[in-house]
Amino acid sequence: MSSPVPVRRLYREPADRVVGGVAAGIAAHVGASVLLVRVAFVVLIAFNGIGALLYAAFWAVLPAQPHGRTGGRNVNQFFAFLALAVGVVILRVMLEPDDKNGGVSSVVGWLAALIALGAGIIWHQADPRRRARDAATVPGMPWLGAVMDNNRKSYLVRFVGGGLLVIAGIIGVFVLGVVPLRGVPFSAIGYGLAFAAVALAGVGLALAPLLYRMFTQLSAEREARVREQERAELAAMIHDQVLHTLALIQRNAGDVKEVQRLARGQERTLRNWLYKPTASPMEKFSAALEEASAEVEDTFAVAVETVVVGDVDVDEKVGAIVAAAREALVNAAKHAKVQTISLYAEVEPDCVSVFVRDRGAGFDLAAVDDDRHGVRGSIILRMQRHGGKAEIRSTTGEGTEVRLSMPIDAEARRRKSASESGER
Amino acid sequence: MSTEETQRLRVFLVDDHAMFRAGVRAELGLHVDVVGEASAVAEAVQKISALEPDVVLLDVHMPDGGGRAVLEAMRRSHPHVRFLALSVSDAAEDVIGLIRAGARGYVTKTISPDELAQAIRRVADGDAVFSPRLAGFVLDAFAARPDAPVADPELDQLTNREREVLRLLARGYAYKEIAKELFISIKTVETHVSNVLRKLQMSNRYELSRWAADRRLV
Repeated sequence: MSSPVPVRRLYREPADRVVGGVAAGIAAHVGASVLLVRVAFVVLIAFNGIGALLYAAFWAVLPAQPHGRTGGRNVNQFFAFLALAVGVVILRVMLEPDDKNGGVSSVVGWLAALIALGAGIIWHQADPRRRARDAATVPGMPWLGAVMDNNRKSYLVRFVGGGLLVIAGIIGVFVLGVVPLRGVPFSAIGYGLAFAAVALAGVGLALAPLLYRMFTQLSAEREARVREQERAELAAMIHDQVLHTLALIQRNAGDVKEVQRLARGQERTLRNWLYKPTASPMEKFSAALEEASAEVEDTFAVAVETVVVGDVDVDEKVGAIVAAAREALVNAAKHAKVQTISLYAEVEPDCVSVFVRDRGAGFDLAAVDDDRHGVRGSIILRMQRHGGKAEIRSTTGEGTEVRLSMPIDAEARRRKSASESGER
Repeated sequence: MSTEETQRLRVFLVDDHAMFRAGVRAELGLHVDVVGEASAVAEAVQKISALEPDVVLLDVHMPDGGGRAVLEAMRRSHPHVRFLALSVSDAAEDVIGLIRAGARGYVTKTISPDELAQAIRRVADGDAVFSPRLAGFVLDAFAARPDAPVADPELDQLTNREREVLRLLARGYAYKEIAKELFISIKTVETHVSNVLRKLQMSNRYELSRWAADRRLV
């Protein structure tokens, strides 16, 4: 797509400044004569100081031209316009009938301009380039940098100056609004209140960038800390486990089974670390089953392909089916003489099923002695004791599958856990 | 038909690990023709377009966008090229993401050479290949939840038979064993699995989209 059209933005032009470069910026933006804009500001001063108010407001919110040249103040013009402004104000005062109300609102206008000026000074302290410089002075603690900056004095002077102006404005509004309460028209109090609101807004304006700055710094620091922590964790894990395993594999290079066991165990650890949400084997069925298959993998150097669908909290019945599944895995690992065992478990609303399957030697179930504890006691009887059932299918030469199922009352479970969480 | 049977399949490898490519090439050499390989997305797209292989073995994770990027670039222009995803990752979002993007199957890199050759042939024939884990994911995503809204029953639900087939797949059964267990033909098993693949790709089922959104795919 096409590149974005460059947006023309309104900037101050500090290079052509007489006071703050506002008039020059506006003139450049709208394409008018600078002189005309300046005169307009001065003339507007006559109307309750609105020119000064506008100027201060513009100065407060407009950023300086980013690529502008820097240059000194045009002192001659400054005095010229100062004289002009004084003239306009004197003219205004002379023309104005001695009306108390008008006087009050005029002074209040000036005070508002004062507040805007103070807010502007503070606001400019928070400009991004200054922040960047502060951050470079003392990395990690930009706010400290602001104080320790070489320009610390000017910073303090400006900050305190801005604060003083805002305070002066507020006091002025109070003096106007509160002191002449006796015997003044209500409209004056109205003005007082209105400008008190303006003053509060000014304070908010003055503090907002500071607060915002602190907030962004805090969250940036927190993010950096979390990233650093994650990196450290990863480094520690790789160092502690992966390097250790690789060393063991080299030392056991001759022992195929041991190498396989080490590699498989490490793979499982990495996988869990990368992909799985951690759950406690004491609490969740899937976690318990995975722990059992991990144990069997480690002990017998086989791979257990574990697939679990759904999950449920562990209770006595669920614990029994996990124990039976573990026993089936152990049997397969010991007797089937295979590299891979499949473990599949599914939690349905009313039933938990587990299937352990291998494509190994297989055996004749009828030929297994009654006293062989593994199959009968640990699998079949255990399942029956808890109300479930176990079925073993085995064909010599083709493999074995142990099918376990345990009915659960999911509805009762849900109610129970809901009431438990309600009690908490 | 018989001439097609004897004709060797043309396979293309996409994987950023040269060692793995070399290994697969050596293992598969007996069964299929490996006509080319690529280690990056752009290279893969260009070479696959030129060679038009029957099946592309596609790695999920690559530095410049991975298998999804290749799939998205190729699906429209070369619908007859079939893709089989091959990865070490068992993360649900990777698996489902590739299938949704158009891969006809997913197997892990630990698969044995014979099984891989079989899977390639199956994908080339237009069937689907599900590893046990993928079958588990699909069962999970399509789980029958009583409160799940169903917009399109044809696409949003699995039939009981499809569910049975998936369960057996997840239990580690081969197609032949599934056919025997359910007293149906292998062809029917293949049809069921292909139907599940289609549903997985087309369904807008709430769980699927939420599942995907949770893992930032969509």
